[in-house]
Amino acid sequence: MPGIADRRARGLLLLVLLGIVAAAGLSWLQAQTAQRVREHEARLLLERLREVLPPPERFDNQPALDRLLLTDPRLGSERALPVYRVRRNGRPVAAVLTVVASGYVDEIRLLVGIDAGGQLIGVRAIRHRETPGLGDGIDARRSDWIRQFAGHGAGAGLALRRDGGDIDQLSGATITSRAVVKAVRAALAVFAERRAELFASTAGSDGLESPP
Amino acid sequence: MTDANATATLRGGLWDNNPGLVQLLGLCPLLAVSTTLVNGLALGLASLAVMTATSTSSSLLRHWLHPDLRLPVLVLLIASLVTAVDLLFRGWLFELHLELGLFVPLIVTNCVILARAESYAIRVAPAAALADGFAQGLGFAAVLGGLGALRELLGHGSLLQGADRLFGPVAAGWQLQLLPGEHGLLLASLPPGAFFGLALLVALRQRLAQRRRAAAAVPET
Repeated sequence: MPGIADRRARGLLLLVLLGIVAAAGLSWLQAQTAQRVREHEARLLLERLREVLPPPERFDNQPALDRLLLTDPRLGSERALPVYRVRRNGRPVAAVLTVVASGYVDEIRLLVGIDAGGQLIGVRAIRHRETPGLGDGIDARRSDWIRQFAGHGAGAGLALRRDGGDIDQLSGATITSRAVVKAVRAALAVFAERRAELFASTAGSDGLESPP
Repeated sequence: MTDANATATLRGGLWDNNPGLVQLLGLCPLLAVSTTLVNGLALGLASLAVMTATSTSSSLLRHWLHPDLRLPVLVLLIASLVTAVDLLFRGWLFELHLELGLFVPLIVTNCVILARAESYAIRVAPAAALADGFAQGLGFAAVLGGLGALRELLGHGSLLQGADRLFGPVAAGWQLQLLPGEHGLLLASLPPGAFFGLALLVALRQRLAQRRRAAAAVPET
């Protein structure tokens, strides 16, 4: 049996060695998975974008890469949010705005596809924490509710029925439904007002600040 | 390690000394993630992997552990293994990772893992520690999966919703709609449903255990 001081030294050595091995092993593993994670993220973004893009024959660029960061408090966040531009022969076809709605539980992040004429191509919730069974109907995997926005413009019809429009609300989730409608209206308003500016810059540009 | 020992260890993890139903340890992830069978099973399997690896490696290192430095070494070990599992999850089960989010890294705070490593694994040979970690992990995964199945069935009327996120595209059609999902018991999907569900499972286990004890006592009369 080693002496007491020896045992303590051995224990300490073990702690140090284990720390080094763990750090090295984990850095290696992270390097191995980083590429896969990036691929997953890109694929997920593409899948989500596809649902709010015009039919593929109507554009010829890669919207996921033609990204612009837009800062406008009307979109529900003080932070810059990504906008994906859709073009054909360089001319604007549509844009996909990211909007943040304040839902019943937490923020709801929406992708809003708007064609050049200011009509909605589609809306999808990409991140939310709404109540299961009620507000989570905004998720296209749970219900078709969010699909009814397609084809709407910024007119009076874009409101819940009880507010005088023609959007059916999710039953039992008035706050959630209203928040989504409000955020979609905001996206349309920002698009209408800043359209020229949105399409003016080319891919990889730094982003636009909110107007003074 | 004899077969009888292995059976007793397995029985301990799954029934007699189940971490979720008897020791009532690791309840935070248990209650938060058990919304569906697939979610519960995924976190259960991740915990199972971490527990087996932790128990085995702490047993291997047991002669090197000084009492004063035992806790820091075990914590470092558990943290590294959990980080590794988290990275693997993100790389290979990306969509499931999005849903489980913070709860994969939070496996590190699951006290069952440290408790088994500290109270058992560092006192026995690696084979016994491996069996114990595996059995306890299996017991925990079973409770997570069972509670997830119960809540999914009551809340959505389905089972195996989103199975493809855990088992790959093969499982895309595995979802079973057993009851109409429209009018599910909303409470079951909400956080309080987790508490009620767990209480029901604990009560059920107690009743079965009592009955078995009573049956064993009968021959004497």
